[in-house]
Amino acid sequence: MIADHDVIVMGAGLAGMRAALEAARLGADVAVVTKVHPIRSHSSAAQGGINAAIGETDSWESHAFDTIKGSDYLADQDAVEVMCREAPQDIIEFEHMGVIFYRNEEGKLGTRAFGGASQARTYFVGDITGQALLVTLYDQILKAGVKVYEEWFATSLYMDGGACRGVVALEMVTGELHLLRSKAVVVASGGLGRLYEPSTNALICTGDGYSLAYRAGAPLMDMSMVQYHPTTLAGSGFLMTEAARGEGAYLLNSLGERFMKKYAPNKMELAARDVTSRAEATEIAEGRGIDGNVLLDLRHLGPDVILKKLPQIHEMALDYLAIDMIKDPVPVRPGMHYQMGGVKTDVEGATAIAGLYAAGEVACVSVHGGNRLGANSLLDTIIFGRRSGRASAGYAKGTAASRGGDDLLRSEQKRLEDLLARPYTGETCAGLRLELAIMMDKLVGLYRSDAGLHEALEALGGYRKRYEGVAVGDKGRVFNQALTFVLELGFMLDCGETIIRDAIIRKESRGAHTHVDYPERNDTDWLKHTLLTYRGDAEPEVTHVPVTITRWKPEVRSY
Amino acid sequence: MQFTIEVGRYNTEGRYAENAVTGEPFPAPWNASPVRRYQTYAVELPEHAVVLDALIAIREYQDQSLAVRCACRSAICGSCAMWINGHANLACKSKLAEFTKDGKTRVESPPSMPIIRDLVSDLKPLWEKHLAVRPWLENKQPIPGPNTEYRVPNASMEELIQEVSCISCSACLMDCESFAVNPDFLGPQALAQAYRYVGDPRDDKTKERLGELSKPGGIWDCTHCFECVTQCPKGVAPLDQILKLRKMAVDAGYTNNAGTRHADAFAESVKHSGRLNELTLMPKSTGLLNIVGQLKTLPSAINMARAGKLPPLIHKAIPGVARIKKIFERVGGRFK
Repeated sequence: MIADHDVIVMGAGLAGMRAALEAARLGADVAVVTKVHPIRSHSSAAQGGINAAIGETDSWESHAFDTIKGSDYLADQDAVEVMCREAPQDIIEFEHMGVIFYRNEEGKLGTRAFGGASQARTYFVGDITGQALLVTLYDQILKAGVKVYEEWFATSLYMDGGACRGVVALEMVTGELHLLRSKAVVVASGGLGRLYEPSTNALICTGDGYSLAYRAGAPLMDMSMVQYHPTTLAGSGFLMTEAARGEGAYLLNSLGERFMKKYAPNKMELAARDVTSRAEATEIAEGRGIDGNVLLDLRHLGPDVILKKLPQIHEMALDYLAIDMIKDPVPVRPGMHYQMGGVKTDVEGATAIAGLYAAGEVACVSVHGGNRLGANSLLDTIIFGRRSGRASAGYAKGTAASRGGDDLLRSEQKRLEDLLARPYTGETCAGLRLELAIMMDKLVGLYRSDAGLHEALEALGGYRKRYEGVAVGDKGRVFNQALTFVLELGFMLDCGETIIRDAIIRKESRGAHTHVDYPERNDTDWLKHTLLTYRGDAEPEVTHVPVTITRWKPEVRSY
Repeated sequence: MQFTIEVGRYNTEGRYAENAVTGEPFPAPWNASPVRRYQTYAVELPEHAVVLDALIAIREYQDQSLAVRCACRSAICGSCAMWINGHANLACKSKLAEFTKDGKTRVESPPSMPIIRDLVSDLKPLWEKHLAVRPWLENKQPIPGPNTEYRVPNASMEELIQEVSCISCSACLMDCESFAVNPDFLGPQALAQAYRYVGDPRDDKTKERLGELSKPGGIWDCTHCFECVTQCPKGVAPLDQILKLRKMAVDAGYTNNAGTRHADAFAESVKHSGRLNELTLMPKSTGLLNIVGQLKTLPSAINMARAGKLPPLIHKAIPGVARIKKIFERVGGRFK
């Protein structure tokens, strides 16, 4: 089938649905294509809150400065300014849409403290803020009557005359491949956590959008900036929100010390995430961990705060570790959480490719630079989701309906059929994915080295070869997940390669990129972004663009 | 530790393993749901593993053809609701050890939902019902300016987190006994979401919503079986929300319906005689002036009489009924 729309949004998390809602409001015929039902999107896992400088004692400048310092000065300051200036109105808009933000004594929006912030400016709904935003936005999509192609898996972007003109997608329920043709495409497909093991991310976060946009010609920027969250649950690696520390929880080592006093004497547990994660890793490496973990201690907060403001993580610790955090501290460790880098866009969500927009985690505007502050990711999704929705709808208005695409549909059909017909060689998709993900965590994780990164690149080349031998262990048409898992692994290989290459190129330590052979930040040579552009079988083209600095000159970063 | 998992397989293309055993048809009212073929897998997992761990292990290393929805693995995304030993649960929240019965754990798509494949249900009924309650804020006017939030007490927001915690996994609807026999019933998920907006002080359509919800298929079609409260993995307790809606609807004057009449007849009978007069309950619930409705209940009444199930024709009050009346007076409200 071929269907035509003005704008196709790929992904139905917060960024995607916000883009779709905006495009619909502006009169565009917009459709969302998503591999899971919108409510299943990983935005729902964001727990702690969303930042904005709304209070009388706060200012967008303060929010911007904290964000830029948090980014280790790799964020583009013009983009940060846009985000922080527009944050209050966008959050109020979500309040008007129905999000049940918690209030203060006056009935106004209430805040909680968060890491790396000089003020309590995080607005929240218990510890299910992402979910509260997601369900409200989904209901707005229903109200607006936006078409959703639900459980349709995007396999390719349709490029025509150098511009992006649609998405080829597999309808899971029927096994049929369709071309959704459009004048503009917004990629808002979320992150790539499955590339790392362990990760806080859901099984669906497989980097689809990075790979599709990259192969369509859009450069990927600062891909080495992979965030490790300081508090992920021992064992499962599930997220224990930063809001726990925002509400006052301590981090303790095996000696019972609040060890953050050595690493961030002013902000203590509320230092930026990269700083806190490295501090934990140091404690563990120096023998003051507990079975590879440190302890998150909430006991002094009391049952009332825990049960009212942090009910979900209380339940998760009970469910998955049988620990009641009211009575006992919870073992946690740093775990892969978020990709700061991504498809390079401007502040309107536009990529280097005509008709192609990106927003949310998959995009790199860049507002997070080398390290994202907690509660800035939800903000990023709604601000740049809205902006990319507006820009794509505007672009579509001045663009003729797209044509053709039958060839691509046929070649994609053939590609999938060949994949299904591939004989079994003993190589499993799951096994290869796990090897890749463990390798990424070990060699391209919290600490990197020249030797390790080159080993990683070589390993990745090996995985690529083995990937050619991965067979699909299900030959049916209806809901063939074995097929989509193989496609997802292909996406992850592209993400892994660009992360490793970007890390090799950046010969300094900045934000999440801690390079043991270059342990210092180097503003003379590295106050710049790295862009990787796909060149088929050849190595990607490497270019650099300077970081946009407006009013905040780089300073020594301490918390 | 080894666990044995018996998975109900279903495949419209007829692709089944040879060792898949055809199961029994489901009992009424689910006998139209296709028969599953059960395939048994042995999985080695830690003692504290959950059902989803087993399904993922099977899918990754034993049988890639097993279809199952899952994403977050931590009871946030709502993807993996399914029948586990005959009741709807999230696979990611159900410990294998607790759900092992006669040495095995049986998982399958619930017969109460249409099925796509294996453990993948078609949740169309859930989403249609969700949409039917118009689950969005109808803003109270005037909407505060673009820089101002609605001023409401924190307690009014905190109260709604119970309903906002709903992850639409559908476990409640899958096991809803009223939905099983009445596909038009809005069901627990949608009604909990209806309360989420009715209970929101920023919503302008409270009365209209209550009127809609009082119609057939709405709040009065719940039979209080408590399955939704038991099966909800997030503590939404949909029945509690339905009961709140009923009280609000009656207070708002929506009393001209079988549900309210039934509740009234029940309470009046108890107040009058200290016990239930079953003979008058049905006619009063139907509405004494509703001749067509009364005629429709006749066949059931005749069948009951034939089976000797008709309540006694003479209804006697219990001793000490005056004290019962006092209780009603003390409690106050509609029946004082």
